[in-house]
Amino acid sequence: MNAPLERHLELPGGRQARVWEKGHGPTLGYLGGLVGLPRWPDFLERLSAEHRVVAPSLPGSFGAEHFRDLDDVPDWVSAALDLLEAAELVGANLVGASLGATLAAEVAAFAHASVGRLVLIAPFGLFDSEDPVRDLWAVQKREWNALVSSEPDNLAAFLSPPGAVDELEWEIQRTRSQEACARLLWPTGDLGIAKRLHRIQAPTLLLWGELDQVVPASYAGRFARGIGDNAKTGIIDGAGHTAELDRPQHVAQAIVDFLH
Amino acid sequence: MKLLWFHLMPHTRLPEDFAEKHSSVWVDIDPGLLDPAFAHELYNEFMDELEDAAELGFDGICVNEHHQNGYGLMPSPNLIAGALARRTRDAALVVMGNSLALYNPPLRVAEEFAMLDCISGGRLVAGFPVGTPMDTCYAYGQNPSQLRERYREAHDLIVRAWQAPEPFTWNGRYNKLRYVNPWPRPIQRPHPPIWIPGGGSVETWQWCVEADYVYANLSYYGHKLAAETLKGYWQEVAEQGREPNPYRAGFLQFVGVAESREEAIDLYREPAEYFYGRCLHVHPRWATPPGYATEATLRSRIESQVSKVANANSDARRQATRKPSMEEIVERGYVMVGSPDEVAEQLRAVATELNVGHLMLLMHFGNMDRQLTRYNSELFATRVLPQVHSLFDDQWEDRWWPQPIAPEARATPRSIAR
Repeated sequence: MNAPLERHLELPGGRQARVWEKGHGPTLGYLGGLVGLPRWPDFLERLSAEHRVVAPSLPGSFGAEHFRDLDDVPDWVSAALDLLEAAELVGANLVGASLGATLAAEVAAFAHASVGRLVLIAPFGLFDSEDPVRDLWAVQKREWNALVSSEPDNLAAFLSPPGAVDELEWEIQRTRSQEACARLLWPTGDLGIAKRLHRIQAPTLLLWGELDQVVPASYAGRFARGIGDNAKTGIIDGAGHTAELDRPQHVAQAIVDFLH
Repeated sequence: MKLLWFHLMPHTRLPEDFAEKHSSVWVDIDPGLLDPAFAHELYNEFMDELEDAAELGFDGICVNEHHQNGYGLMPSPNLIAGALARRTRDAALVVMGNSLALYNPPLRVAEEFAMLDCISGGRLVAGFPVGTPMDTCYAYGQNPSQLRERYREAHDLIVRAWQAPEPFTWNGRYNKLRYVNPWPRPIQRPHPPIWIPGGGSVETWQWCVEADYVYANLSYYGHKLAAETLKGYWQEVAEQGREPNPYRAGFLQFVGVAESREEAIDLYREPAEYFYGRCLHVHPRWATPPGYATEATLRSRIESQVSKVANANSDARRQATRKPSMEEIVERGYVMVGSPDEVAEQLRAVATELNVGHLMLLMHFGNMDRQLTRYNSELFATRVLPQVHSLFDDQWEDRWWPQPIAPEARATPRSIAR
């Protein structure tokens, strides 16, 4: 697997972002999930066989240090729009996972011309007290991988520091990316998106890991009903919350089928 | 030296197998474990004990804030302090304190503390803790990534509100208030002394020294572990060119006094083992919400001297969760025991070594009953306190102690006049 091309964007507010890019074909944007992109993952590699995949780092995740000026949903949506514009992804098809899916959905609701077709893998944002979203940050560190992934060993390898990297800095970066997620999601209730879902006009695919222990797969239907007739759902067998890492082949195939 | 009597107000009837059968003493503790009718008894007993301490001649009485916590039944220390203000005459009321980011708007703290200062005639010490992760991020749902920014903004707002000669507008990042004008203002000018409870965070030390506040190291693990932390603090004081006045610092210590060391070990064994075996049983899942510790603190924990303290503290916590015996508790210095002379000698040595002028004493701990608490406090007040009270006073002035209005000018509540 060849490494993606890397470039860095200068963004409003003094923010910067790493962009990874690979492949040829129609442009496909990707906003990373809970753990960001510490490495180029198998499922983006698969997508890059038919698409020009462009993956800018969200604030606070690997490759984008600054996020502590973002206080609320409008701040995050604004930052995500800045990012999509700077990465020249406006109007392109967009895939988001987990936190990235949350922001992709918000962007599509606030500014629907910004996205073409939309794929949301297990977004946060809704909350049903009868079937609650799990509190990701009330588990012990050693249990975390098994909570978010159905393949915790794979996830651990994905998150481990590459050989040449300073381990302390890597640990700080991992904690920072968790803090960035928490900054938007804490204390993991609804984000008010229920009031905006109807504004999403893009053809939308909601993908969910069958075994998602964080945001239960039942939320696929809740999102789809909120969005309307332009939404459809797909369940990924055997996958957890990080479906794109747990079952890369199936997730990539579902996305390719939807975009064709 | 100032000697302060501190009450945590623990539940005294946690079951013997609490640590085995229950997941945590904090956040999601089983509400069925505390009968509100028993809480009625406990509050009245504990408030009696605080009033007793004031009468016995302790310089101050201390209360603090915890939420959803089996060893701290004081979600609102201000309620307790309000009652104590009416039932005590001279003791300082040390509220350690209000977790500023939990009050919306934080002006509430400016108002309630000002009320306490007025009711008590200027006897308030205003403690401003950030608050533990359990209290702030889990019980009160505060965002760990914003907690410290909100805390600092709340501090700036409160301190300005106390001093402002006229109403002002506050357009902060987290608080927008058009008409800030708390009534009344506190009696003490420019404001009541501010004490900051803290652990081993370099940033907290720096801020306390810069702002000229008292840094209070409130750990349950005694003087041996506090020594390293306070060393770091005093280094910071020296680096900023301030004088090493021991009254810049506070420190918490469990103490059990009896006629002899053997008797003390015997008497205080059960409450000490109860506290360290049951009350500190906090599930680790509540310990590290991302962002609660700053990146600078994370780095220093891993890299520097401070890490040893932090690690020692978490080692101590781990050891504590393994239900330490009284012998271990005493050996590690968590609880200081002995005859009055022995305790006085230990306290003098520790206060001198740590250079701490404000000693906060936990003389009720765990499931200690009213009688034993009284015995401990009385022995201390009559036979230890006189031996150590004058320490530091020939050399240093306590600029961080309340300045009440003169006794003859103070109102006398009917409860005291009787």
